[in-house]
Amino acid sequence: MAQYDVNINGKKHSVDVDPETPLLWVLRDNLKLVGTKYGCGIAQCGACTVHFNGSAVRSCQVPISAAQDNEITTIEGLSENGDHPVQKAWLEHDVPQCGYCQAGQIMAATALLKNNPSPSDAEIEDVMNGNICRCGTYNRIKAAIKSASQTV
Amino acid sequence: MGRRSFIKNVSLAGGGLLIGFNWLACKRAAEENGEEVAMQMPDEWFELNGYLKIGDNGIVTIYSPNPEIGQNVKTAMPMIVAEELDVDWNNVIVEQAPLNLDVFTRQLAGGSQSIRQGWEPLRMAGATAKQMLLSAAAKEWEVPVSELSVDKGIISHKASDRSIGYGEIAKAATKIEVPDEIELKDNSDFKIIGTSQKNVDAKKIVTGKPLYGLDIYEDDMLIAMIVQPPAFGMEFKSMDAAKAKEMPGIKDIFTIDTYPEDMEREWSDVAAFSKLVVVVGESTWQVMQAKKALNVEWDLKPDLTHQVQILEKSPGMEDTGGLENSDMHTALMSDAGPAKSEVVRKDGDPESAFSNAARVIERSYSCPFLAHNCMEPMNFYANVTDEKADLLGPIQTPEFAEKSINKRLGFELDMIDVQMTRMGGGFGRRLYGNFLVEAAVISQKMKRPIKLVYTREDDMTNGVYRPAYRVTYRAALDANNNITAFHVNAGGITESPLFANRFPAGAIDNYLAESWTIDSSISTGAFRAPRSNFIAGAEQSFLDELAEEVGKDPIQFRLDMLKRAKNNPVGEENDYDPARYAGVLELVRDKAGWNNGNSTSSKGVAAYYCHNSYVAQILEMDLKDNVPVIDRVTCAVDCGIVVNPDAAKNMVEGGTIDGIGHALYSELSFKDGGVQQNNFDSYRLIRHREAPKKIDVHFVENGIDPTGLGEPPFPPVQGALANALYKATGKRIYKQPFLPEINAESRELKT
Repeated sequence: MAQYDVNINGKKHSVDVDPETPLLWVLRDNLKLVGTKYGCGIAQCGACTVHFNGSAVRSCQVPISAAQDNEITTIEGLSENGDHPVQKAWLEHDVPQCGYCQAGQIMAATALLKNNPSPSDAEIEDVMNGNICRCGTYNRIKAAIKSASQTV
Repeated sequence: MGRRSFIKNVSLAGGGLLIGFNWLACKRAAEENGEEVAMQMPDEWFELNGYLKIGDNGIVTIYSPNPEIGQNVKTAMPMIVAEELDVDWNNVIVEQAPLNLDVFTRQLAGGSQSIRQGWEPLRMAGATAKQMLLSAAAKEWEVPVSELSVDKGIISHKASDRSIGYGEIAKAATKIEVPDEIELKDNSDFKIIGTSQKNVDAKKIVTGKPLYGLDIYEDDMLIAMIVQPPAFGMEFKSMDAAKAKEMPGIKDIFTIDTYPEDMEREWSDVAAFSKLVVVVGESTWQVMQAKKALNVEWDLKPDLTHQVQILEKSPGMEDTGGLENSDMHTALMSDAGPAKSEVVRKDGDPESAFSNAARVIERSYSCPFLAHNCMEPMNFYANVTDEKADLLGPIQTPEFAEKSINKRLGFELDMIDVQMTRMGGGFGRRLYGNFLVEAAVISQKMKRPIKLVYTREDDMTNGVYRPAYRVTYRAALDANNNITAFHVNAGGITESPLFANRFPAGAIDNYLAESWTIDSSISTGAFRAPRSNFIAGAEQSFLDELAEEVGKDPIQFRLDMLKRAKNNPVGEENDYDPARYAGVLELVRDKAGWNNGNSTSSKGVAAYYCHNSYVAQILEMDLKDNVPVIDRVTCAVDCGIVVNPDAAKNMVEGGTIDGIGHALYSELSFKDGGVQQNNFDSYRLIRHREAPKKIDVHFVENGIDPTGLGEPPFPPVQGALANALYKATGKRIYKQPFLPEINAESRELKT
């Protein structure tokens, strides 16, 4: 166990955990930021996606010792009132079914649009392929990303 | 037209529906003039019945009775109440109802029945409350109720030019006796039903609010995880927990017996592994690490000799001591299973028809075990004290779970409180609440609130799988290409997928349906569209081959048989409406441009009736580098009245993608009793790139009372896919998953 300072959504937190503890579990268990989800623990499903200095990463693979002193953004910090263009597009297209994967999908999508504001269908599919949706909302996710790309 | 109402008067005095454990309540924000405006909360609430309460400012809270697994009944069920209540949907807050059998019927997510079975009770709930509000206004104004009208929660008396909002009259309405007879709206008067409304939880979902069982964090709570045997047919022998117990954050390590021998089990108490090792600690990661540090010894279950007898003819049986493997399963389903077939239905004289046939077509189809793999792994929160058991989490069958706790802990039902969180998927897995009972047992032992969490590996290897199935179809053709006999022989481990009374039964003079099952140590259970989830695809593939054999267009071939089933049915027990079945085929043929001959894609068609709804799909695809690329799936759906059209579309899209994904990619295999896939690096699920580029959904409009959509789109699309793959590859596929049959290299998982 050791002390780590982390910067989550612009706010500093201090946690006392094992250095190997994945950022995912620090967010959930220690900081009670439950928007970032556990789906597989091996970076296969994308439910744990956060932004690490602006880039999408799978937080289940980021040990807290590597996360400290970097800027982490989670779904809770994407916007003040849930009004990020990507979140709004998700609402406009009524994307979710069970909803469990959607925070990870949104975090991956926002990072995609930051790097590529006008992605083609193939580019969307390639980047988003790492996020599994068990309920099959893929087509709505794509439609929402395309809508958001017009407003971002 | 008055109907007898069965809505009861729920007294507030006894605490009514006040949920002491208010974890699930949240403010709902309404949009006004493009700005976010928090809905004004009333000062006082008035409960008119168990389904709803009216705030003194006209805001309405409606309780959604059924568990929410992503099928969006949490929006559709309250819409139905709001319709008959005659309020503005924008003034409605929805909350998840807890288990409450005094108020609600069938609080269960399964069988695609929520809307179908809730249709009348939900309408009654809204209508009786409206009647009470009208009666209260009529009483206050001293006018007959018949002179009053309602629009969006405002009652008006035209003659005296008076009006009053529900909020102002609600208190008086609570004193009105709940009416015995009630009138429901004419379908043509619907203002909310039939309009697309957004998912009531969408805002919370996209902003990461706590919603799921896994998101529960309560004071004093500890995290628990299980360690289960590495193979079906094995059980706990001993363990050395000394090192693990010393690890940081670990509170205790022990074994539990979820379902002791003498416990009376519900149908939902399915568990291959009853004796489990449990690790309890302060945080999820610490408990995960301690699990790895455990030294556990496992033994063959003593009753495995029974299993050995069942499997005695299997290859390699002598070596495994009763533990199963996939080769054994394949062999058993080809030989030992069919050898003990039992006739379930026989029409005419199939034996003679087959002997006299000009030719006989025979084909066999099979599929593997599947894991449900809800994105949210199994979990449950329990706080069990001497006085009560508080249970909160993802469960599709709260009523049966409560009974299980009653049997397992000996608590009276009124000491047990079960609440459902929104679920990250159900698919049938959460019908079986073994994890709920486990959490309760652990909490009772620890004398602490417990959140039990399964890792993905625990979840995928825990069992309750979709069974492995196999079916053989035979058709007898005469010299004129008429089908004179049809024979279906179906079975599986551990249940048969046969539906003897489904199409084409009723359309063929000589018909034989047979069934068999093989027992196993592997636990199985309902998986989205049980049995249909395999046999529909197999049957629709076979019909496609038959159509080709007799030189008919596949849709016309089916329509001709359906015409026979309608005009001159064979037998009386035919479990489908031929006209509605034909209806979806005709609709999909039209909407997909089946006869256009424009597109160069390979096309396949299928249709199926299950869970009370009819679905037909045409799938269009190409092969690129031996990999299927699906361009479009056109869906025609007859589910009666569509309550929430866009949400219904979402369900059809989802079921279509899910059906394609499992048919193409997913399988569990077994070796030495152990399942060989335990995470998404070894078990393949369909991803973004592989989804159909386009899914078009069309609903039949017929005003029939609504039926479900959670399951019906899943089965037939597998047949449409198989039939399209035949056009694309020239090869018929008889084994799921399909992809390795087309592309041998694809067995290696690539992401």
